Amino acid sequence: MKNLSLIAYLDLKESIRARWFLIYSLVFGGLIALFFIAGVTESQVMGFSGLSRLLLMYIQITIVILPIFILITTVRSISGDRDNHILEYMLSFPISLKQYYWGKVIGRFITVYLPVFFAMLIAIIYGATIGADIPWSIFFLYTGLLFSLSSAFLGIAFFVSSFVKSSEVALGIAFFVWIFMLAFLDIALISLMLSQRFNEELIIFIALANPMEIFRVAAISLFDPELTVMGPVAFYILDTMSQIVFVLLSIGYPLVLGLLFAYGGFRIFKKKDLV
Amino acid sequence: MVKISNLTKKFGSHISLDNINCEFKKNDSIALMGANGAGKTTLIRSILGYYHPDSGEVLINGYSPIKDRTKVLENISFVPQLPPPIKLSIDELINYVSTSSGVDKELILNYANEMQLDLKSNMSKSFFKLSGGMKQKLLIAISLAKKSDIIIYDEPTANLDPKARDDFYRLLKQNEQDKVLLFVTHRLEEVQELVNRQIYMDLGKVVSDERV
Repeated sequence: MKNLSLIAYLDLKESIRARWFLIYSLVFGGLIALFFIAGVTESQVMGFSGLSRLLLMYIQITIVILPIFILITTVRSISGDRDNHILEYMLSFPISLKQYYWGKVIGRFITVYLPVFFAMLIAIIYGATIGADIPWSIFFLYTGLLFSLSSAFLGIAFFVSSFVKSSEVALGIAFFVWIFMLAFLDIALISLMLSQRFNEELIIFIALANPMEIFRVAAISLFDPELTVMGPVAFYILDTMSQIVFVLLSIGYPLVLGLLFAYGGFRIFKKKDLV
Repeated sequence: MVKISNLTKKFGSHISLDNINCEFKKNDSIALMGANGAGKTTLIRSILGYYHPDSGEVLINGYSPIKDRTKVLENISFVPQLPPPIKLSIDELINYVSTSSGVDKELILNYANEMQLDLKSNMSKSFFKLSGGMKQKLLIAISLAKKSDIIIYDEPTANLDPKARDDFYRLLKQNEQDKVLLFVTHRLEEVQELVNRQIYMDLGKVVSDERV
């Protein structure tokens, strides 16, 4: 246990010192600051106003940039250490592979999750000081969604990191995973299936298998399901499933997916040559 | 202490270790030599449990370095040829070694001091920002402070100046009793006074194994 927390702690410290972490924190903190400066909380569009509107805008941008940030910064975690012989030295000490791998996962999870959470928390605190109504239900939902989305992509990133031979390949795969989930599943595959008159349940199932899609729909699930901004998949899901079941699914599924990928990565890490 | 039986390791179609058999016992001090690609590094990485052999096995005090890696690595110190670009500060690296291996931090500082490396004023500095010689001295200090039964050095003096080499050999002389010392080297003359056994490898095989 002490070795697990040691690895997590050292990975956390190393990440916090890295330049990417500074940029990462600035991007999410800067987004919130920008929204306040731009007066997003004062405006009202299509029924969204105040902090709810700010949080919704924040989460919609986060859907796009959080996965790629997590993938790019994490996918080199193990492959990078292998590449530059850090793994060769660090694993010459009596630390089990389980402690090393899961320690890295925990350390990296804290690194990627805390800035996005704190940016939202700052928005709530600042909103409270200027007298805005705090949308607690949205805040708690988004906290859970960000937690599970971070888990999903962190798991995928560690999975990739465990089997690639070089950091360059890892980066390439990370970018492909992101673009595949962001665009291909939504635009290409689903459009194709719709035009080919595939069974609608199959289309919805494929859409829901994508953690980014489930996150996107869940993020607007607390709002009026009649809103046209949701799109057909979101409308169908929210019309078919009860809100509470869908919210639980949207938090639970990416979390389990992330854990499964991370576990798969660990199995590969354990079975493969280490250096 | 170290028993290598019928060890074969392939990378694709390339045979890096070809049915190696050898044994290292207490008080063996070995110079492991051979041309580039002879299989020296693959052999030490197999001893450290980094590679899964295609056939055969390595046993350290009866334990497999893959199945019982923590038990095995408690008794091994390793210094690589090139210090890796570890981003941790010196303090954090020492903390890592101390927590994972139960090494006394003061002992690391003492050995560093013996190697003319002032650690106390550099504790917050990143390891990778130290000069090549300083990094090597720190890794040597850690390897000695760990008090392992088996010490593996891969070209340990590559970055050291003549004075630091002398300090290193002096410290090794003081710490070699009841241990296995394994030097991977291209320059036998540098470790000649320390070793009592010379092993030559070529194309993944042990071509000669002599006591001196």
